[in-house]
Amino acid sequence: MALPAYATTGQKIGYYSFLTYCGFVFFFLIAPIFIILPLSFSASPFFEFTKEFMNFEPEAWSLRWYRQMVGISSIGDTTVVSDKWMLGTRNSFFVGIIATLLATALGTVAALGLSRPHMPFKPVLMAILISPMIVPLIITAAGMFFFYSKIGLTHSYLGLILAHTALGTPFVVITVTATLTGFDTNLIRASQSLGADTMRTFFKIIMPLILPGVISGGLFAFITSFDEVVVVMFIGSVEQITIPKQMWAGLRQETSPVILCMATCLVALSIALLTTVEMLRRRSERLRGIKHR
Amino acid sequence: MSQVQTSTGPILTTDGIPLKVSLKKAERKNKIRAFLLVLPLLSFILITFLVPIGDMLSRSIDDRQINTVFPKTFEVYKKWDRQGLPSEEVYKTMFFEVKNSEGYDIGKASTRMNYSKSGWKSLLKKSKRKFKKIEEGPYKEKMISIDKKWGDPEYWKALGQMVDPTTMGYYLNAVDLKYDSNKNIVQQKENRRIYNKTWIKTFKVSILVTFFCLILGYPISYLLATLPLKYSNLLMICVLLPFWTSLLVRTVAWMVMLQQKGVLNNLLVMSNVLADENRMQLMYNQTAVVIVMTQILLPFMVLPLFSVMKTISPTYMRAALNLGASPLHAFYKVYMPNSIPGVSAGCLLVFIIAIGYYITPELVGGKDGQMVGNWIAYHLKTTLNWGLCASLGAILLAMMTVLYWAYNKIVGIENIKLG
Repeated sequence: MALPAYATTGQKIGYYSFLTYCGFVFFFLIAPIFIILPLSFSASPFFEFTKEFMNFEPEAWSLRWYRQMVGISSIGDTTVVSDKWMLGTRNSFFVGIIATLLATALGTVAALGLSRPHMPFKPVLMAILISPMIVPLIITAAGMFFFYSKIGLTHSYLGLILAHTALGTPFVVITVTATLTGFDTNLIRASQSLGADTMRTFFKIIMPLILPGVISGGLFAFITSFDEVVVVMFIGSVEQITIPKQMWAGLRQETSPVILCMATCLVALSIALLTTVEMLRRRSERLRGIKHR
Repeated sequence: MSQVQTSTGPILTTDGIPLKVSLKKAERKNKIRAFLLVLPLLSFILITFLVPIGDMLSRSIDDRQINTVFPKTFEVYKKWDRQGLPSEEVYKTMFFEVKNSEGYDIGKASTRMNYSKSGWKSLLKKSKRKFKKIEEGPYKEKMISIDKKWGDPEYWKALGQMVDPTTMGYYLNAVDLKYDSNKNIVQQKENRRIYNKTWIKTFKVSILVTFFCLILGYPISYLLATLPLKYSNLLMICVLLPFWTSLLVRTVAWMVMLQQKGVLNNLLVMSNVLADENRMQLMYNQTAVVIVMTQILLPFMVLPLFSVMKTISPTYMRAALNLGASPLHAFYKVYMPNSIPGVSAGCLLVFIIAIGYYITPELVGGKDGQMVGNWIAYHLKTTLNWGLCASLGAILLAMMTVLYWAYNKIVGIENIKLG
């Protein structure tokens, strides 16, 4: 991609304007996410960069909103401190983790079936299993709202967990089937011929090889549940606050800067998850790369 | 002799079964095994996801609600020839069913009746109260004396739309049509035509977002695919981090950027491009929706493009240049045709996701930026007109299914890239 030494002036201009354009696009992608980080440390109750803040005056910088987020009232603070954010965090993790475990288990087993060479109706089944990811969330939410209220699942954690599990499974199915392409089935035969039963083969041979795919699928399922706001809004009760739901409420009603603090924490979480997934992906590629050689 | 026979006849296994049959049996066993592995997830998705969606679809044509409140009235109503006013018998049955039914049921039914002719709701509410005093007939005159509307054939004709247990009325509403009192399909009144505009707006926004994603995403995918691995991995993080960041967080970030005292306006004021008093209104309009959705959906364009471009060998371009093509010509004739699968995958994916968007238009769209998803939510939680909500959803879902099918044909659903 580097410019050759004999490039004409026109080519040089073209090349550098191309790079500038790309730089602008990368900036467009990443800047909005990082703009909220400094702002969450502002003492101002509005989402704005005040002059004092830009001049690094100590009074304009504070951890006030972070304290509010974890439910500690500062001295002399008049705004009402609620424990909703912490409640939301608890609920989000509770629902997210259970939904992830369920989705990972169901999705992995299904992916194993789908990757078998003899799978009948594979395209149709695949299309059905991926559909929760494709159908717009608002339609999913409407359908679940009607049906779950008929069978008494609205306003319950069970309903929420089931809904989030359904939304998370496509990611597990996709990542695990991707890991399974190029899986050497002779390994299974070898294991079985050496006397291992199905379960032992699964846990000792298949699982270690597909584990990177399973974990990254699980992380995708987790972040899906952790982010999800539309379904929670329609099938959850007033007390069933999750982080996104509380953020949504914050944006629609009181625009408190606590939202920015929570957003900063979420960005940190996504960086952690992204790093994990990338490391897993490389490990998986390395593992499979060795096998291909 | 026997040797000749075995070589021409079917090949047998050691058990004496023909090999073909035996193989089929073994394959069937394998098929069942594979299917059993998929079965738990399939049934789970069926119960928690597909059945609810089906339930919603059935609501879009369901019209039984009112029939369960006034069953007898509708029995006698069917005999009426729809000319002039109905007979005393119809009035009488209606009278008793209104008088004796629960206020809650009347409320529900009158909401539905109001959809076909406004005025029914207030009429029934008033009548329910006044019917208590009436002890005996003739009911026709007494009802008309309570409210003139009872003597208006238009109201009675409007009931005719609800006789059947199913209706296409909600679908008609969803595209700005309706039944008139003689059950002909006509256009909605001028001031009530909102959905066709919304559909067009939804398409317009989705197409614009897809277009901008393509012109922003194509160059950076090209850069990512041609840079050495250690740089491209680093830059890839710029694409993947937004992909992993919560949708709400990104929308909040954009609200910080675009609001009146936001970052963009501040920058413009500080650099003296704008005066402090005429800051631009960047938020709560369609432009904001397009900008924010483009940023949010850009990774969905870049990832498929990148994975296709990665497979285009750099030798193709070199060969073209070597044969005397100018760089632009080589790019246009050699590189672009090779990258088309990625373009179609990315565009379809972005369009599919954009068309059903709800959260972003709701937060930054204002009145002007509302898409179909927002109307679905509005009818779901505010007006409680669930039939219309379901029919809008069903139309959207039908479009999605077509696009999804096309995506599956062109790209293959299992090739979706997740980073």
